Amino acid sequence: MSIELSMPKSWRQETKPHKFCPGCGHGLVLKALGRSIDELGIQDKVVFGCDIGCSLLAWDFFNVDTVQTHHGRTTPVITGIKRARPDRIGVAYMGDGGGYAIGSQHLVNAAMRNERITAILVNNANYGMTGGQMAPTSLPGMKTETSPYGRDPEHTGMPMQGPEMVAAIAREGAYVARGTIANVRQATTFIKRALENQMAGNGFSFVEILSTCPTNWSTNAKDTWHFVEQEMPKYFKVGEIKVPGTKEE
Amino acid sequence: MAKPIEGEKRAFMTGNEVVAWAALAAQADIMYGYPITPQNEIMHYWTRLGPKFEKKFLQTEDEISAGFTTVGGVLSGARAFTATGGPGNILMQESISMAEMMRIPTVMVIQQRGGPSTATVIYSQQEVMLTTHGGNGEGHRIVYSTATHQDLFDYTIKAFNTAWKYRFPTFVLGDGYQAKMRESLTIYDPEMRGVKMVPTVPLLGQEGMPGVDREPSLLRNTFNTEEELYAIIKDYQQEYDRIAPELVEHEQFACEDAEIVIISHGVVSRSSKMAVHELRAEGIKVGYFRPITLRPFPADDLSGAIAKAKLLLVVESAEGQLVKLVRQNLYGHSILPIEGLLKPGVGVTSEEIVDKVKALAAH
Amino acid sequence: MAKVVKIALAGEGGQGVQSVAQIMTNAANDEGKEALYIPNFGVEQRGGVSIAFCQISDERIGAPKFEIGDIVIALSDRAVVRTQQYVGPKTIFIYDASIEQAEEYLPTNGAKVLAIPALKISKEELHPRVFNVMILGAALQATGVLTLDQAKKALEKKLGYKFEQNPKLRELNHKALERGAQLMQEQLAGK
Repeated sequence: MSIELSMPKSWRQETKPHKFCPGCGHGLVLKALGRSIDELGIQDKVVFGCDIGCSLLAWDFFNVDTVQTHHGRTTPVITGIKRARPDRIGVAYMGDGGGYAIGSQHLVNAAMRNERITAILVNNANYGMTGGQMAPTSLPGMKTETSPYGRDPEHTGMPMQGPEMVAAIAREGAYVARGTIANVRQATTFIKRALENQMAGNGFSFVEILSTCPTNWSTNAKDTWHFVEQEMPKYFKVGEIKVPGTKEE
Repeated sequence: MAKPIEGEKRAFMTGNEVVAWAALAAQADIMYGYPITPQNEIMHYWTRLGPKFEKKFLQTEDEISAGFTTVGGVLSGARAFTATGGPGNILMQESISMAEMMRIPTVMVIQQRGGPSTATVIYSQQEVMLTTHGGNGEGHRIVYSTATHQDLFDYTIKAFNTAWKYRFPTFVLGDGYQAKMRESLTIYDPEMRGVKMVPTVPLLGQEGMPGVDREPSLLRNTFNTEEELYAIIKDYQQEYDRIAPELVEHEQFACEDAEIVIISHGVVSRSSKMAVHELRAEGIKVGYFRPITLRPFPADDLSGAIAKAKLLLVVESAEGQLVKLVRQNLYGHSILPIEGLLKPGVGVTSEEIVDKVKALAAH
Repeated sequence: MAKVVKIALAGEGGQGVQSVAQIMTNAANDEGKEALYIPNFGVEQRGGVSIAFCQISDERIGAPKFEIGDIVIALSDRAVVRTQQYVGPKTIFIYDASIEQAEEYLPTNGAKVLAIPALKISKEELHPRVFNVMILGAALQATGVLTLDQAKKALEKKLGYKFEQNPKLRELNHKALERGAQLMQEQLAGK
């Protein structure tokens, strides 16, 4: 079996191998998204927006119409497209800094308005592209470039509970889940459901995916995997949080 | 569906209402906006008139979002626009820089208010530098400064065509006075006047399977090397320089033998015009020059208009923003002294201009 | 150059100065004249003195606001204070006679300073609601920019639907307009 055969059909082969760091989780998230696009047969309908940060490297990742935006501004760009062209399937792809810090007002209000778009947020607990600063999602005690002695929740708060916040403010019809690259099959299911939710016109759909950043975490393969699989879920509960038509817990 | 305006008719309305009618006449599809005085009534009228013609509106969470949703709307192929002023104009510069970088034909109407900061919600001409050169780039944008309600109507329609023809973000620069005052104008169906709307096309989400029937649209604004960016900006500059002569617009009269030429733009030029008539009636050799496009600036026209002048008087409701544009554009063409009647954040009457010119002429 | 008639109207919120300005300038526009009307607005518009700047001419008008009005009308004590700045040697300053101790802060530099008992008469003879229509009548009499018949047409345009339901309202408005003009005429004649 060749490597090409394992790629999602919607991936752009000319741009592979991709440009993410070795051990980065983005590739797996984008594989989950690619598989979902393939399975739903929507490659010609998707408009993909990528945020600034490592997410921007996905700008030529798919054979899907794609636009790079600004840090935090992918949600409004995709919202603008969807409002003008409801027949498109809008996907906003961003990191934790873009979604929960600089672009948090856009996430909150897109959720509040139940925008018929799908936001996928990759949570790797730090700002990757800028060199490993503390993010809203950094874990307590986690050492980053701007918290060299470890994140102190007294001064900088606890890790942002993004999907929980979105679930709390979005109306019925919204789909909210948190997946992890430690379980790609499940993450693919969540992303696919999020896209289906948009296609059905139900409401906003939001999936956070726990991911890795060995470059900035300065971890080897074993420790990287341990962090995403064992440490992050202590603060970020994996699973579906809001599903249309079901009773919430 | 009936056209928003059949034929033409005289109207008496506020400038904000004029903008809404003009956007309808220009077949705009969607407006994105966020409340800020003095532009609010553009949204108020658009949301009342729009649904009758299947037009859309989205009220966003802030002007950052209003700018970026407008960018999204334009990317999807819609004739999309937004409107703002003051602090909102600052926030929209971020999305405009993206529109500049990616040649996205956004249309924005700016109703200037007093600055800096929240200042007044009323009026100024203090957003000239921000609107012509805001953003972390080279100011690759087109800015029309309007003086009358007729201008507001004409140039709002024109802004859509300029943006979509040349693919540079385009502004209509008004102010709080123009926004809130009522005066007469003729509103019309552009087609009747021979004005064809430049068709819009989707820059994303075209027909066909990307990678199979066509290449995907992969639009980037991030580059890895200095040289990549350099090549693109140089290319844009060349394009901008090439089209600038087609774009520049100005108005002038009584300049041929004028010893003093009054330079003003926007609503202030109304006062200058009256002042020049009055001064000429008294035999004072004074001329009138009004740049309509502040970017690109009608530099050659201005050089020609001041050929006989001994002195230039710049009049504006700002502390020298138009002066900067004039200096920059005349550098190397003129060594004339430039006097200013500079009134940041307040209006200028023709009486004040007359007095100033007389004082200057007496020297 | 054609003469531009400049009128500043000032009062408290609810006294209807902005609708007077709107009706007057609309009427002028309907008659083919050039008119320009701009309200003062700003954060003070909530609870402050409301001012309307109106200009009417046969030719295009210049700046939206002016320094000195031909006619300045103030309908409250605060408005009297606020509008001093628009009074020049040729200005006719008109205020409502009911303003207490107005004489203390009346402008001294105007051509004429006139008090009209519009509020009192509207209450006693007509209806407080048509106070501003009396002011419209007074303003038109003072400026001569429009005839009362032209103003009636403008009233019809703005309030016609109400007049249809209640023809007495039409009568009341017409009376107020005429009575306002009459008061002004008496004042100008020095009666």
